[in-house]
Amino acid sequence: MTAHEVKTVEEWIKPLPQPDGVSGEYWQAASEGRLLIQQCPKCGHKQWYPRALCTACATEPEWLECSGRGVVHTFTVVRQYGARPFRDELPYVIAMVELAEGPMMLGSITDCDPDDVRIDLPVEVYFVKTADDVGIPYWRPAGS
Amino acid sequence: MDRTPVIVGIGLSEYPVAPDLDGVQHHVLAARRAIEDAGIDKSEIDGYVNAGGGGGMMVDDVVTMAEYLRINHRYIDGTMTGGSSFEFHVQHLAAAIRDGACDTALVTYGSDQLSRMGRRLGTGGFTRAGARVSGPIQYEAAYGNSLVGSYAMYATRHMHEFGTTSEQLAEIAVGVREYAMLNPKAMYRDPMTVDDVLSSRMIADPLHKLDCCAITDGGGAFIMTTAERAKDLPKPPVYVLGAAGAQTHWNISQQVDFTTSAGAQAGPEALGRAGLTHDDVDMLMFYDSFTITCLILLESLGFVKQGEGGPFVSEGNLKRGGKLPLNTDGGGLSSCHPGMRGIFLIIEAARQLRGEAGDAQVPDCKVALAAGSGGWLSCIGVAVLGNEHP
Repeated sequence: MTAHEVKTVEEWIKPLPQPDGVSGEYWQAASEGRLLIQQCPKCGHKQWYPRALCTACATEPEWLECSGRGVVHTFTVVRQYGARPFRDELPYVIAMVELAEGPMMLGSITDCDPDDVRIDLPVEVYFVKTADDVGIPYWRPAGS
Repeated sequence: MDRTPVIVGIGLSEYPVAPDLDGVQHHVLAARRAIEDAGIDKSEIDGYVNAGGGGGMMVDDVVTMAEYLRINHRYIDGTMTGGSSFEFHVQHLAAAIRDGACDTALVTYGSDQLSRMGRRLGTGGFTRAGARVSGPIQYEAAYGNSLVGSYAMYATRHMHEFGTTSEQLAEIAVGVREYAMLNPKAMYRDPMTVDDVLSSRMIADPLHKLDCCAITDGGGAFIMTTAERAKDLPKPPVYVLGAAGAQTHWNISQQVDFTTSAGAQAGPEALGRAGLTHDDVDMLMFYDSFTITCLILLESLGFVKQGEGGPFVSEGNLKRGGKLPLNTDGGGLSSCHPGMRGIFLIIEAARQLRGEAGDAQVPDCKVALAAGSGGWLSCIGVAVLGNEHP
């Protein structure tokens, strides 16, 4: 699958994921423009976030690379936040994105007017590389 | 020996603003008042419960407070499911008391949230720039979601699927405010209209400031024992008729249905254990962190069909004089919300069932249902209480 856009930033001042034994591969892939979820080799269940077991049948799951496409399942426009750096970026959109592969994941929709975001809006993933081993997935309206 | 579990004592510390009390003092003051209200000797208490299973790492967790209070417990429980912890405690204690694991148990809660931290909790304020984040929150922390934002996503989806309106949500806040106006201690007591709610500033679409609960100080405690012991005590017993709890997720990223809650499981189970139906319930104590929390609880617990909550609210059913009066103490929305409000649901329900609620008394109140929500509508605990022996 083709890698998605990876932006780099000079300095990352937001909270940064701490890769662990399971999430390390997920964050590494994201830093290279690939979105991973997990799929169970036994029962086929797909899940996000990554875990050391299939939540349906307890088998050890495998990685599945996603298309990076989805739709907005629900969202909010955050208009008040108490602390920097988020306070400086108000208003912004927090959303649950339903992936084309099925599972939902939490994220943020950018590159559009927050008031234009709607449920079922098609979105596509991009990444912000925040450290050598971490990329953060973000979403923007598809085709924008 | 009649081991039917009952609540025999209730106590509140001071609220909504108590700058002279720290969290531990809220626990203790509420405990002293509950013990006095119950008319028991402190030495009778052989069970202790609070919502801090911190293993001695917090100043008010269950083992630290058991030491501070010097309780010689045979039964201890530090279950922490967020704001619904105390409904889970009722469930656990009902079983423990029936089983004989303890005879008389004390549950306490206290928080100096407003005086210590101000009003930052619901909209962030604790973000540490560049900090590494572990556990499931590592998948969320970079985006700057707020507590209000998580609940707002329920409201957005519910409006999309069922046509629920901001006016309908506002009606919930207005109804609870009418009860707060009867409570001299309530944080907010001015008359409030639907327009007031809708014209308050947007915090996280579609939730306005007045869709959100107050932030206060406060503490509460209650005492549970057997119906046998209650026969010799001064206050009429409040019977635990049924209790149940359930969980769908913890972190908001793992909720898969933003129109319902684990109350869909816990509600019918609690009522089933009580041998009652929804029609038997005379009043509701719902965790009203936000207006949408009440709507989701109302529907998921089964009091109305999914999607019919909005019109049901608009008809005034949850207001004073309505079919199912809600949050007669003024709720978290207008009266008291120190962080984990679940204990106040039990205390106010008991006050109603004793007939001690004054101007806010629900006439002929025989059965009250308390439903706590912990996390982000994650862990729902339900307690069905009554004033007649089951």
